[in-house]
Amino acid sequence: MTTTADRPVASPADLADLAVDSASSPDTITDTGPWRGFVRGDWCDGIAVRDFIRANYTPYDGDADFLAGPTPRTTGIWATLSAMFPVERARGVFDIDTHVPGSITSHGPGYIDRDHELIVGLQTDVPLKRAIIPNGGWKMVKDSLAAYGYEVDPHVEEIFTRYRKTHNAGVFDAYTPEIRAARRSHIITGLPDAYGRGRIIGDYRRVALYGVDRLAAGKVADLRALDSRPSSEEVIRSREEIAEQIRALDELKTMAASYGFDISGPASNAREAIQWLYFGYLGAVKDQNGAAMSLGRTSTFVDVFIERDLAEGVLTEEQAQELVDDFVIKLRIVRFLRTPAYDALFSGDPMWVTESIGGMGEDGRTLVTRTSFRYLQTLYNLGPAPEPNLTVLWSPELPDGFKRFCAQVSLDTSAIQYESDELMRPRFGDDTAIACCVSPMAVGKSMQFFGARVNLAKTVLYAINGGRDEVSGAQVGPESAVYDGEVLDYDEVRSRLDAMMDWLAGTYVSALNVIHFMHDKYAYEKLEMALHDSEVHRTMACGIAGLSVAADSLSAIRYAEVRPVRDERGLVVDYDTTGEFPTYGNDDDRADAIAVELVESFMAKVRQHPTYRNAEHTQSVLTITSNVVYGKGTGNTPDGRRAGEPFAPGANPMNGRDRHGIVASALSVAKLPFEAAQDGISLTTTVTPSGLGRTRDEQITNLAGVLDGYMSSEGFHMNVNVLDRETLLDAMEHPENYPQLTIRVSGYAVNFVRLTREQQQDVISRTFHEGL
Amino acid sequence: MTVDLCAATPEAEQSAPAGSVTGSVHSWDISTGVDGPGTRFVLFTAGCPLACAYCHNPDTQDMRYGTRRSADEVLTRIGRYRGFIAASGGGVTVSGGEPLLQPAFTSAVLRGAKDLGLHTALDTSGALGERASDELLDATDLVLLDVKAIDPAIYENLTRFGLTPTLRFAERLATLGKRVWIRYVLVPGWNDEPEHLERHAAYVATLGNVERVDVLGYHRLGREKYAQLGMEDRLAGVDGATPAQVRAARDVFTAAGLRAP
Repeated sequence: MTTTADRPVASPADLADLAVDSASSPDTITDTGPWRGFVRGDWCDGIAVRDFIRANYTPYDGDADFLAGPTPRTTGIWATLSAMFPVERARGVFDIDTHVPGSITSHGPGYIDRDHELIVGLQTDVPLKRAIIPNGGWKMVKDSLAAYGYEVDPHVEEIFTRYRKTHNAGVFDAYTPEIRAARRSHIITGLPDAYGRGRIIGDYRRVALYGVDRLAAGKVADLRALDSRPSSEEVIRSREEIAEQIRALDELKTMAASYGFDISGPASNAREAIQWLYFGYLGAVKDQNGAAMSLGRTSTFVDVFIERDLAEGVLTEEQAQELVDDFVIKLRIVRFLRTPAYDALFSGDPMWVTESIGGMGEDGRTLVTRTSFRYLQTLYNLGPAPEPNLTVLWSPELPDGFKRFCAQVSLDTSAIQYESDELMRPRFGDDTAIACCVSPMAVGKSMQFFGARVNLAKTVLYAINGGRDEVSGAQVGPESAVYDGEVLDYDEVRSRLDAMMDWLAGTYVSALNVIHFMHDKYAYEKLEMALHDSEVHRTMACGIAGLSVAADSLSAIRYAEVRPVRDERGLVVDYDTTGEFPTYGNDDDRADAIAVELVESFMAKVRQHPTYRNAEHTQSVLTITSNVVYGKGTGNTPDGRRAGEPFAPGANPMNGRDRHGIVASALSVAKLPFEAAQDGISLTTTVTPSGLGRTRDEQITNLAGVLDGYMSSEGFHMNVNVLDRETLLDAMEHPENYPQLTIRVSGYAVNFVRLTREQQQDVISRTFHEGL
Repeated sequence: MTVDLCAATPEAEQSAPAGSVTGSVHSWDISTGVDGPGTRFVLFTAGCPLACAYCHNPDTQDMRYGTRRSADEVLTRIGRYRGFIAASGGGVTVSGGEPLLQPAFTSAVLRGAKDLGLHTALDTSGALGERASDELLDATDLVLLDVKAIDPAIYENLTRFGLTPTLRFAERLATLGKRVWIRYVLVPGWNDEPEHLERHAAYVATLGNVERVDVLGYHRLGREKYAQLGMEDRLAGVDGATPAQVRAARDVFTAAGLRAP
């Protein structure tokens, strides 16, 4: 698999540098170079960051008492930016460079406060100023510029419409009429066909540990290894991709040099390690307008360098925290140019700069370090924020001090999400990170083809209406007779649904294959992929939305009496439901089994269709905030939900139907089998502080206990909001008082005051677990 | 459209197996931080001999509003949450209604939960304390005892029941050295006189087995249930307790040497 790791790289000169001092451990590197003091391992011979971490990190099982607050420098930089945010909020964007398309080297160096920044680098020459990145699609650029009142540069437009084809243009050349109809009617939604697909995590740590030259040399060797292979389509594509990767690494060095840094060799201290790592990430977000541009799992890697600096006496705790704070400030101001419609769908300016923290190692040691705490501490030092998307990989085995600190931060900021280390580690290893919201991948070794999601609730309606859309009346799915009985019969509806899901799975995978073929061709992530092994594992990440509506609708048909109501077109547009029926979310197997069966069945159907580049089929149960938009485009459903009403987010039970408290609701969600949804199952919970206990200490203990309980019960993901309804109502009326109020939505966090009023109402109407 | 809130499994609708004690159950819930330590399975039994003016679940006062369940059925359900409850440091609480109105059933549930290795709590007014067998108390790790008011007249006005049995039960628990958390619902104008609170705190402090006192401010949530049930709302003109009133009451208990977080 890891071609670079198999390659002998140490030259005699390297070996001389690694001369062993007889006085120390034979495994410790004793020169004065960038690797001084590190314990040797396989990582010295090949690209193996995980092996480096294992050999060199210091697990931490203490509490949060050692942490440092913000320095005046940190507070000053953040204040400078904070003064710019209101302008950005008011106008939608701070500024746009309409002339120079973004690339790794497109813009000269930019600073917030050059004399005081510790970690440098911006996407353009001015903070918050957005670049256009047209490779994904010219239309997205053009529409965005128009929406924010900017003129299109005719020269740039000519390039991307006449001379340089985009991903978006390629996709629409190859879409079938059937795919277009499914897309237009929103039964398949959110497809990454107009901009960057994202959800690829470069192993940015490699830049810091090895320096760019070593990485480039590895890629050259990988390229040469293909020389003797016959030039099949696959081999040609690999050669071209690796050549692109090598070019990207060279550009990365050029970009760093513009800031005065030579990153051809390894980082030699903590500040350089963070800077090199950040340059890697910055290169990626300058080059790609990806749907989710996640960071990976960097805190414990960075900790190794911080620990060495602390031991060498060249860094204090306050300075270590400053470095982390400054890094996180940079992550908070990553910006892409998207249309207001996109921002409305996802509530603000989502980047999904997801950083995975904590977890346990395969050797039984915790991967929590002091720097895991330092990353979370930024939520205090800079105040709460949705980005970076801090994600704790939770295990009941985590040290108590870390668990308590996480719970405390959740209570204070509602800005953390939790995902089960216990479900991921056995499948993907202990160097797994989350891309976007809930998608696990082994860093630098696997990537995904992001596939958005299909609307399962609408699919139920299509099954009843013979493939016609209940809103537009258009024939979208395969044609059959509209259900003609007086009362819906479960077996018949279920069998119609099965056929409709067969069709949907085929159309869906077909669309995704087109999208990813074209994305590789026209908007290849050359830098992100340069920071992967040359041979990677790929997944085709499908998804479903509206699961709880679909499950409750089927439960109503099965356990109550549902009479279809037809309109003048002969379409079923409403349902008259009498009698009681069990609902998903109360740990009632009758309803929950329907949800489980839907997830398993759709996964099985998706698996029947071959994927582009033989990617492994996976799926997620995730909506982010688009549950509101999906609901808007879906008619009345047999469970009693009215047309236009939002769906529940992710895998959540429908709002207000979970009546046995947070735990029973969570345990229903935990029944969804991870094997059939390895791209993640999202649960968002909101609890009032008093719903967790009387005293703060009790609340912390109890929240950590709930997370232990959920992960022990095979729950995968939990967003935890600790909020009072009154706070949210007040924030709706007085948004100016709550600029940093952060809440978690499915897999993501947002500024509450940036939600549309509709989305705010949706959040407030969701079940609050008050523990009454 | 109605949604089945009680979410019984099909098996649960069948009659109880022979030999298993049955009881009238209002509902169950899993809650955190309100009915004892940690995350707990809370069984609400139906039926209560008291008619507290501030009762926020008046629909649990009448046993006829409940559903008949066997202890085995309840324990099967508890068993589903055993892993979660154990991992979260919680347990099982039998609440009501008044669980001691159905002592055999309550005892069987507590005993069964204990045998599952779970922490157990009994949430009671103590008014029927004499019905609690030694076996029942033996299966109970913690008693959440709501004395309501130390003045017999106030107590009777609030509950329409005599105070003496509750005090006898409190003293029995003290003799046994049973762990107790005292609950006190503060109703402005009814039981919030400083002098009364001080007497109450002094009495609780003499017991010696009280680990903590939870002062719960009376709230108006649930008052619409009275209209729905056609019951008289004796607190119709009373406002909920303010946070300041609750804090002041806690201070009285703290001053008596008790822990009132």
